[in-house]
Amino acid sequence: MTSALHTQTLTRRFGDNTAVDGIDLEVAAGEIYGFLGPNGAGKSTTVRMLTTLLLPSAGSATVAGFDVRERADMVRLRIGVALQEAALDPKQTGRELLDLQGRLYGLDAGQRRRRVDELLVLVDIGDAIDHRIGTYSGGMKRRLDLAAALVHDPEVLFLDEPTTGLDPSSRAAVWDEVRRLNTERGMTIFLTTQYLEEADALADRVGIIARGRIVAEGTPTQLKRSVGSDLIIVRCRPGDTQEVARILSTLDNLGTIEASADEVVIAVERGAKAISPVAVALSEAGITVEGLTLRTPTLDDVFLHVTGERMGEEAA
Amino acid sequence: MSAAAPAGFFDDLRSISLRAIRLTWRDPEAFLPALVIPVFFFVVNVGALQKFVEGSFPAGFDYKAFQLPVAVVFAVTGVSRANALVLDIQDGYFDRLLLTPVRRVTLLLGLMSADVVLIVALATPVALLGVIVGIRPATGFIGMVAFVVMAGLWGLAFTGFPYSIALRTGNPTAVNNAFLLFFPFAFLTTAYLPQASITGWLATATKFNPTTYLLEGMRALLQDGWAWAAILHSLMAIAGVGAVSFSLAFAALRGRVKRN
Repeated sequence: MTSALHTQTLTRRFGDNTAVDGIDLEVAAGEIYGFLGPNGAGKSTTVRMLTTLLLPSAGSATVAGFDVRERADMVRLRIGVALQEAALDPKQTGRELLDLQGRLYGLDAGQRRRRVDELLVLVDIGDAIDHRIGTYSGGMKRRLDLAAALVHDPEVLFLDEPTTGLDPSSRAAVWDEVRRLNTERGMTIFLTTQYLEEADALADRVGIIARGRIVAEGTPTQLKRSVGSDLIIVRCRPGDTQEVARILSTLDNLGTIEASADEVVIAVERGAKAISPVAVALSEAGITVEGLTLRTPTLDDVFLHVTGERMGEEAA
Repeated sequence: MSAAAPAGFFDDLRSISLRAIRLTWRDPEAFLPALVIPVFFFVVNVGALQKFVEGSFPAGFDYKAFQLPVAVVFAVTGVSRANALVLDIQDGYFDRLLLTPVRRVTLLLGLMSADVVLIVALATPVALLGVIVGIRPATGFIGMVAFVVMAGLWGLAFTGFPYSIALRTGNPTAVNNAFLLFFPFAFLTTAYLPQASITGWLATATKFNPTTYLLEGMRALLQDGWAWAAILHSLMAIAGVGAVSFSLAFAALRGRVKRN
């Protein structure tokens, strides 16, 4: 396996706050790696270190075979980056911005013209490419930002929450483009997101980060399977969750039982068979159940399983 | 296979500079006041003080020629793309530039190069206004070119101050307030009267103000001919201000692009 990205105990501190706490990552060439976590978990700080904007406080990282600390110049030539906020200049036109990007990557006039023409298909904004960026909608800006990251045809593409704030159709367009870049061009993509469905839909493997540490890693299927084949969700009054968990722990054939603020999540192998005993046990114990649901696990359940909190709770 | 490669220092400089020049013309509200205000003060000062000052000095003293360097210096001092740089920092576009292989020093030098174009574009019409109102430089056409060049060098030397504030703070209000720096340079000097007429603490202040020597050099070109001592003092004043402001600006750039 050729490694496109490798980190070893990568750490970043800001004063007393450790934003990224010794993470180890290995991303293969041609892989889409989803880096999932709530706001403030350390995703963007990790990206800023891997893209040479920020020096690690400790540990090491190589991207496209070059050390981000020692050979930042070589890393910059090989990566494309779309940061969390579309980093654009509102007074330039879209075409001027793409052309300037090409110039700074040393492309000659012919190469720049060809690349801009190719990227116009991606940007898909018609004549607006010659209008000032300040007049663009949020979706147009996001697509242009992605195009700017691709002008020099990078080996590794970093997308920091690329669909945050986008409407569903713009989000779908970005997803399609990410898949196309990966399958047609073999581009390695490091994608941070706080949207579980995004990581689930796009990533070959997912790393879950919470409070600066990687708490789980694997394919989406592996991660979800680690929670159980099925999940039974018991919604009850906030004060009853511990009692519900205690009662259910006495039943046979149930997997892990996680109690959060107002629900209890039970991992089981065969949910259809297990749900009746759960309902009966709670009914006999006089517990008021507000909802009883059977479903397959999501990455949010994985996050709950490994951190004890839902993504939203961690973010708050 | 990507064709990306470092573009080279001069290509980077040209790319950053051309962008800045292009955007300068899209931002007329940022530079038109720098043209209008000094012309206004020139007209008002000459109208109000010409007879009084010329009557107080030996015959032949030309107050318009005395005031023209002040108008040109007012036009070019503090002209910069520092506000635009702050917006780049705030919009994240500066980070996008830092993600490219661009040579960091060209991010500032490119803006300064664009400033030189704008400064000359501002100084030239003000100087022409002087010719239109009857000023005939003692050094002729070449002297008038030297006059504009000197103003351009001064304007360039001064740009380091707003850039250092922009890069250190990333704050548009702080950059806008940088014009306060201009006040002592502009007014604690021989802007309205010759050195010989100024007394007390203001006379002392004018001696330590580099603008005094700048104005003397520029006035010499208009009124006295190739007075090399005054011109040399003027160039030294420009070099001194430039050394301080550029040191501050490039130190601020180093701080901004440092990855800590």
